[in-house]
Amino acid sequence: MKDQLYKYLLLLGDNSMILGHRLSELCGHGPNLETDIALTNISLDLFGQVRSYFKYAATLKEGETEDSIAFLRFERDYYNTILVEQPNKDFAHVIVRQFLFDAYHKPLLEQLMNSKDETISAIAHKSIKESKYHLRFSSEWVKRLGDGTEISHQKTQNAFNTLMPYIEELFIETPLELAMKNEGIGADLNLVKASFDKTMSDVLPSANIETSDIKLRKTNGKSGFHSEYLGFILTELQYMQRAYPDMSW
Amino acid sequence: MVGLLENITDENLKAELLKITDPEIPVLTVFDLGVIRKINVVDKHVNIDITPTYSGCPAMDTISMDLKVAIESLGYTANINLVLAPAWTTDWISEEGKKKLEEYGIAAPLTESLDKRALIDGEPIVKCPNCSSTNTKLVSQFGSTACKALFKCNDCLEPFDYFKCLK
Repeated sequence: MKDQLYKYLLLLGDNSMILGHRLSELCGHGPNLETDIALTNISLDLFGQVRSYFKYAATLKEGETEDSIAFLRFERDYYNTILVEQPNKDFAHVIVRQFLFDAYHKPLLEQLMNSKDETISAIAHKSIKESKYHLRFSSEWVKRLGDGTEISHQKTQNAFNTLMPYIEELFIETPLELAMKNEGIGADLNLVKASFDKTMSDVLPSANIETSDIKLRKTNGKSGFHSEYLGFILTELQYMQRAYPDMSW
Repeated sequence: MVGLLENITDENLKAELLKITDPEIPVLTVFDLGVIRKINVVDKHVNIDITPTYSGCPAMDTISMDLKVAIESLGYTANINLVLAPAWTTDWISEEGKKKLEEYGIAAPLTESLDKRALIDGEPIVKCPNCSSTNTKLVSQFGSTACKALFKCNDCLEPFDYFKCLK
């Protein structure tokens, strides 16, 4: 039970951590000052949430710390989904990846607010307020880009074509998630999916985005099977800790 | 928020604690900000519960450190605990704190529904702290720190920060 909870916390934290890292790559490279600041602010929120999850996880396993969990795992021991690993190909990809994640993350947190585990519930109560702002930001941009110029529309549609296939695994329940749901600790992914679908049908028509033809892919990042991208992310993310073990700022 | 200090008999300690401010908004004491949840003094030991404003807010580490240094400088030992529940809301900023924010040039948080209107519809309701005009415009939902949005006044043309409503 303790082991399962530990792994579940990593699963929750890893999505925020890897997406947070992707967004942090944009620091100083955003298309304009306001967007640059917005995306790095979202990154900061996500990292804050990760710290809460990992701090808690560290209390469940001897010898682990918040930092060792973040920096000293191998690729296969990260449980984030493939969606959040996808690169910052262009601004449309950044926004669409964020939008798909936010549309999943907000109802996930709403579920976790009722978790029997008091710490998870507290983290969710805290994070939901931030996640609402994120979803507001990303859905406004999806509409603006999708319903903008011919080029912005095409780029946004392309981003959906590339990224939408990866949403499938967000809602496929792993044995770990099933066990946590049955314990009253984890979220019910069917309910998360219903809310996700509603966000899609609310936002996509006004963005002129068509997703009905997009085929979903069976990926399984949640069990540690990742795309090539994660290796490159970890190479950068872990460099300092690997080169100078136990360093601190 | 001053109620938190009532049980402290050492006036020096009280005075030191009241000096601790938010590093990003130095006019606000941590009591104005509402992040101090509990203070417990037993003999020469001080136990304080603080709660973060935003999850990733780097100011929290600085505030914890400032509290510790201030308390220990008076010969006490200090224990600062970070508590997550109940989650902080902008309602916990004291009335005096809101006034100080305005004077400092940051528009104070509105209610949740007005905040939504301000950040989505862009209807002018956020008052410019510089000239008090409500003819203002949202520039970006995310500002210089996690807790702020960036606005611009259409009358005096000054940009200003708005402290987002968090509930």
